[in-house]
Amino acid sequence: MSAFSQYFTGFDYTLSLPMVLLTLFALGVLLIDLMLPVEWKRLNAVTALLGIMFSGAALFLRIQVPYRAAEARGMSLYRFTHGFGGSIAMDSFAIYFFYLFLAAGAITILMSTRYLEVEKENHGEFYALILLSMVGMMGMACGTDLIVLFISLELMAISTYVLVGFLRRDRRSNEASLKYLLLGAFSSGIFAYGLSLLYGLTGSTRLPQIAAMLNGYLATRPTDPILVLALITTATGLLFKIAAVPFHQWAPDAYEGAPTSITGFMSVAGKAAAWALLLRIFLYGIHPLRPLYLPLLVFVAIATMTGGNLAALTQTNLKRLFAYSSIAHVGYMLLGLIAGDQHRVNADGIKGILIYLLVYTFMNLGVFAVITSLRRRDIIGDELDDISGLWFKAPTEAVLMMTFLLSLAGIPPLAGFYGKYFIFLSLIGTGHYALASLAVVYVAVALYYYIKVVNAMFMRPAVDTVPVSLSPAMRVALFVTAVATVGIGLVPDPFIRAATWSLHLAQYAPVAQLLR
Amino acid sequence: MVPISYYLVLSAILFSLGVVGFLIKRNLITLFMSIELMLNAVNLAFVAFAWQWKSLNGQVFVFFVMVVAAAEAAVGLAIIIAVFRTRETLNVDRVNLLKL
Repeated sequence: MSAFSQYFTGFDYTLSLPMVLLTLFALGVLLIDLMLPVEWKRLNAVTALLGIMFSGAALFLRIQVPYRAAEARGMSLYRFTHGFGGSIAMDSFAIYFFYLFLAAGAITILMSTRYLEVEKENHGEFYALILLSMVGMMGMACGTDLIVLFISLELMAISTYVLVGFLRRDRRSNEASLKYLLLGAFSSGIFAYGLSLLYGLTGSTRLPQIAAMLNGYLATRPTDPILVLALITTATGLLFKIAAVPFHQWAPDAYEGAPTSITGFMSVAGKAAAWALLLRIFLYGIHPLRPLYLPLLVFVAIATMTGGNLAALTQTNLKRLFAYSSIAHVGYMLLGLIAGDQHRVNADGIKGILIYLLVYTFMNLGVFAVITSLRRRDIIGDELDDISGLWFKAPTEAVLMMTFLLSLAGIPPLAGFYGKYFIFLSLIGTGHYALASLAVVYVAVALYYYIKVVNAMFMRPAVDTVPVSLSPAMRVALFVTAVATVGIGLVPDPFIRAATWSLHLAQYAPVAQLLR
Repeated sequence: MVPISYYLVLSAILFSLGVVGFLIKRNLITLFMSIELMLNAVNLAFVAFAWQWKSLNGQVFVFFVMVVAAAEAAVGLAIIIAVFRTRETLNVDRVNLLKL
């Protein structure tokens, strides 16, 4: 024990407290579930929500408050952020993403309570797996060591494979889970191979050391084939995880077959976590390779915007349509990483990605909350026909859905506008006019398929007369997402400040230099 | 003394075999074995590099990759059984309810 405490102090555990609390509550849900009779299963959701609240409180009181105090006094932040010998960094970047995951997890749980009862799969494991995958996401946002990042990625991914296949008796859910698992494990293998090559080139698994060693390596051998191979395999693994074209094939299938609330969870929290991982590795670890990866990213971004938007045009299944729309949004976000020159990233671009992920969380979860509420006995509710005539059956929901859709399309003054605004600003500011105009064209294309859904809701007659009933939890979820979508649009300043703050990586000089 | 390049070439060959197997085979269990082969190639590369750099990080990474592979296999086989129960096939081409 004494040898152990020599390496880890209490402070390390304070830094990981949000993750530890979520894990404990996940285990608690599993244990309590065993003792609950069927009619009390809703208590599992309450336990899980409590866990998220405790985790959020720990994050605020134990991490954010001391961090801001140290920041205000101008102290060196390294001591306040790095734990476990420098394996994790609870800096402002991580704190921002932690809040995002907590919000997305809480809204998903609120959306799921009634849905699981309708599907007759109301088991405690569902909530435990959501909490565990959130722990994985948090590790992806705060890890600065390849081992931590890889383990967290797999923790998130494996929990999500099970969640996607949670409707055991549904053949589509099985199939989605299988395809997601096969392609996810395949991409993890490629990613791990890339990590092994990076380790081989640099002799370290710490991102800052990798960056330092790569700088020296590039000076002597700039186009070493091993270096290129390491970059390509690592980037391929990461692009698989954010579902960028041409590595997107798993996304529409997994999104369509998964339980609807999990589709929402994957498309926002899973995507934000993959982006956190990508930004950590690209900004902290391999930023010296920027001249090499820039052409790759330009190609992938154009392919992603084209593929996502054009494929979404012809979809008739709502979940599949939003899967392709989420692929298209990844394309816009990639542009934020491209903005800049050969060696510097534009700070506005990264800020744009962070704000985009924040607003996307709320508007896309809102869309999936509406689709989830369409699930009733005998009606799956994920076809375009199922939403037609919603205005005549449930006017409030139809108006909310329209708000979310217009926000996704990027219409001001809704929240979605600000994500695109900063990304386009950064592109124009760094002279990428062609990419900016292409993105604007695709925004117009995207408007078509969002309006198609609005048209179905308001102009077409309803196919059935079964009323849409909302559980109280679902009402809360819809209320929160709607307030956030409209609120961030009307009062964007605090959120833009939060994103700017999360980029204050002042204690870490290479990144501070990188962002101009 | 065997030079490190031998290990790395072997690792690259194993990894390529895994990728090719994943892309051309149609049986679910074989696909799974291909993924395991890829991860083991990664392990070999890590051990070789750890030996070259005289650092333990690579060795530790191997343990975690093995844990991940085991967890993936556990979840994967459970999912394959669930799929087999509803369809009675292990051919990935016949698991095609969701259009591509």
